[in-house]
Amino acid sequence: MYTLSKNLKLSAIIFMVVGAILFAVDYAMLPKTTADVEALESAHGGGHGEAHEVPHGDSQLTEAHDGDAPMAGDHAEGGHVMSQEEHLEHTLHQYQNKPWSAIYIAAFFFFMIALACLAFYAIQYASQAGWSPLLLRVMEGITAYLLPGSIIIFVLLMLSGFHINHMFHWMDPALVDESSDKYDKLIAGKSGYLNVPFFLARAFVFILGWNLYRFFAVKFAKKQDEATDNRWHKKSFKAAAIFLVFFIYTESIMSWDWIMSLDPHWFSTLFGWYVFAGMMVCAITVIAMVTIYLKSKGYLEKVNDSHIHDLAKFMFAFSIFWTYLWFSQFMLIWYSNIPEEVTYFITRIEDYTVPFWGMVGMNFIFPLLLLMNSDYKRKNWFVVMAGIVILLGHYVDLFNMVMPATVGKSWSFGFVEVGSLLFFLGLFIMIVFTSLSKRKSLEPKRNPLIEESKHFHY
Amino acid sequence: MASTVIHALYTDDDVLMNAVKEVKKKHLHINEVYTPFPVHGLDKAMGLAPTRIAITSFMYGCLGLTVAIVMMNFIMIEDWPQDIGGKPSFSYIENMPAFVPIMFELTVFFAAHLMVITFYLRSKLWPFKKAENPDVRTTDDHFLMEIDTAGKDAQELADFLVTTGATEINLIANQEA
Repeated sequence: MYTLSKNLKLSAIIFMVVGAILFAVDYAMLPKTTADVEALESAHGGGHGEAHEVPHGDSQLTEAHDGDAPMAGDHAEGGHVMSQEEHLEHTLHQYQNKPWSAIYIAAFFFFMIALACLAFYAIQYASQAGWSPLLLRVMEGITAYLLPGSIIIFVLLMLSGFHINHMFHWMDPALVDESSDKYDKLIAGKSGYLNVPFFLARAFVFILGWNLYRFFAVKFAKKQDEATDNRWHKKSFKAAAIFLVFFIYTESIMSWDWIMSLDPHWFSTLFGWYVFAGMMVCAITVIAMVTIYLKSKGYLEKVNDSHIHDLAKFMFAFSIFWTYLWFSQFMLIWYSNIPEEVTYFITRIEDYTVPFWGMVGMNFIFPLLLLMNSDYKRKNWFVVMAGIVILLGHYVDLFNMVMPATVGKSWSFGFVEVGSLLFFLGLFIMIVFTSLSKRKSLEPKRNPLIEESKHFHY
Repeated sequence: MASTVIHALYTDDDVLMNAVKEVKKKHLHINEVYTPFPVHGLDKAMGLAPTRIAITSFMYGCLGLTVAIVMMNFIMIEDWPQDIGGKPSFSYIENMPAFVPIMFELTVFFAAHLMVITFYLRSKLWPFKKAENPDVRTTDDHFLMEIDTAGKDAQELADFLVTTGATEINLIANQEA
């Protein structure tokens, strides 16, 4: 029986409070009117502010066809030149998106950890894995964040859908109105799929499906602990298999809807896999870190260094897998050099140089070199160190997916970003460890594979 | 020096593992264990030094990566500059994404092949080499532990090995003169 320590609870609350304060402070300082933007730009010796007429475009290539401006509020024709007023308006919209995007990224980051952890959990049942049953309660604890996390995401998507914020450019009704001067042929062509009611309906169905599986999986696991035969284990197996089929379709569509549609003109056919690899490596890292934490507190005494070794192997392997997909996406687009595709990477490389290359180092080179050695994968502090860098790296990866689409050049890594990250970290810790403390035991009692897991050695 | 060895045969890998641990507890010297398949943890139980093949593998991988870079630079940039996807920049680094698959493949190729060759050399294996296997049944379903009898009473040793689960025990006079 695990009890939530006062220190951990207190740190979680401190994270949330400090996060909320940082967010509020920075939010108050963000420009609210075009005059504020003008003042900000002149204070920075603004590159834009000096010229009265500035050519619009987040990169040289964005104007190659009718309007790739990823921002709400303006629709640029080829070679469109923005007046100073339009430029200020545009920049203001970017600043208005900044706090929303910061919340969205942090909320999605922890949500995707819980979701991928659920998928990893289902894989353990579906594959009848013998090494992992000792870790199943830890995974169930982490997936406890799925329900609150997905509700928060759904609320954020609804706010976008009701035009409280303008993160999703395609939600602007003027873009699909043929009589409007903002009319965008490409987005109008996609409006059969990309429209607010269908978008929210999809989100609702996906979230419902994932949470239903999580509900039944935990219920079956609890029943199996009390059971005298393997009936409930078999039910867990079936539920896991069905969920995995549902998951791999919905995860892919979720990544198009919730992330890729932020750049509504751009598309990549392996985006679903790319997001999947990123969330999977984060989830396994969190499983390893929570396991190491609980073990250091004297729980999970049957978990040995071979279990940690296996988790670290997964961290290593999924980091490589993530890189493979990241590079596959990058190389094909770089090679073919088609304007509407390549603009995605040009904005990121030119305007987000440090986060873009930094996250390749953090997510690929760092885990590659650190976790390659077999002995290092058994050292807890090594796994935790690598894990922290991997988690931060994938946060930056998500930052790179969202921010260039919503905030464009007006990005910075300020208090709103740190604040929302801290807030959701606190919430995540709070929910995960509260859920763990409610379990009777952190060790499954009657899982048919538990003996194999206890004697697992590499 | 005429020494003798004992060949103890086992029919199960778990029994063998326990027997190896028992024998090590008595501080007897195990010359070699012959098994039909790799037994997990046997090397640790026998007290063998950890393998260094992973280090050679890493070095071979680095060599492969270097060969790929030098080769592609010569072929595609210096000797006969190629127009890569409309990017005739005469620069390796600017065309690097196109070479990454080759860099990856040659890294794996060098690491894998040279590692296997190293393993053969280190194990003194070469084509047409006569097998050193003392008992052909170890290629099918038997496990054989070879123990040095130097300074020990062979009968006592044999009795002890039977208690560890050996199904057959042979005393072999050493072939080496």
